[in-house]
Amino acid sequence: MPTTRRQFLSLAGGVTAAGTIPIVTLRRLHATPAMLNTAIRNVVGEAPIRTGRVKLDIPPLVENGNTVPMMVSVASPMTADDHVKSIHIFNEKNPQPNIGNFYLGPSCGRAQVATRIRLADTQKVVAIARLSDDTFWQVAVDVVVTLAACTEEMN
Amino acid sequence: MAALINVPAKAKRGDVIEIRTLTSHIMETGFRHTVEGKLVPRDIITSFTCRYNGAEVFRADLFPAIAANPYLSFFTVARESGKFEFEWIGDNGYSSTASASITVE
Repeated sequence: MPTTRRQFLSLAGGVTAAGTIPIVTLRRLHATPAMLNTAIRNVVGEAPIRTGRVKLDIPPLVENGNTVPMMVSVASPMTADDHVKSIHIFNEKNPQPNIGNFYLGPSCGRAQVATRIRLADTQKVVAIARLSDDTFWQVAVDVVVTLAACTEEMN
Repeated sequence: MAALINVPAKAKRGDVIEIRTLTSHIMETGFRHTVEGKLVPRDIITSFTCRYNGAEVFRADLFPAIAANPYLSFFTVARESGKFEFEWIGDNGYSSTASASITVE
């Protein structure tokens, strides 16, 4: 079933018809850098984390934190004995530090994943890749958010 | 259940192809409150799997920080003709599936 660009974009911009959404009020609730470190250590364990090899494409200035496009790619040949096992995305100040875990393998051919995320505040986003030799590589990017997620109209 | 799948219909053997998926889901974080101060319960998709002729090629754990109507794009090597199967699993017993065929020459 081929999908036209128009259909794809209209659904992407659309809203689910899943009943009415309750009016919500703003209530600040944030993770801390300590929680970020704990979440990272839960994935990495005691292993050292090196900087490099991972690229995180994310807008440096975001108008709407409810949907922020993000792409992670890792420089890897993606062969049976040298590939990316997994990619983990974290944030510093959302209510919880995890964003997503992505599990890849040599059959992927390219270590690149894209999605759209929510950011509740101006903060650091961290991507960590685990390679097949069990080394960990990371990159951190600062994102400025002008309209935070989870701050819908207050009545 | 509306899911949009973007897989090339044809590919050469050994090509690295991009797969894009979009499914409609509210992805309620569980951190918002109503005017009365009641917590809106969490309702998210927690996991996504893509299988290529039965073998898992990509899997994701999703958290509330993934935006509504989750979009995922990833890559795989076109090895043989067949079928991609996609599965989303979430809170409150949520489950949805989709599939797409590919011809590999």
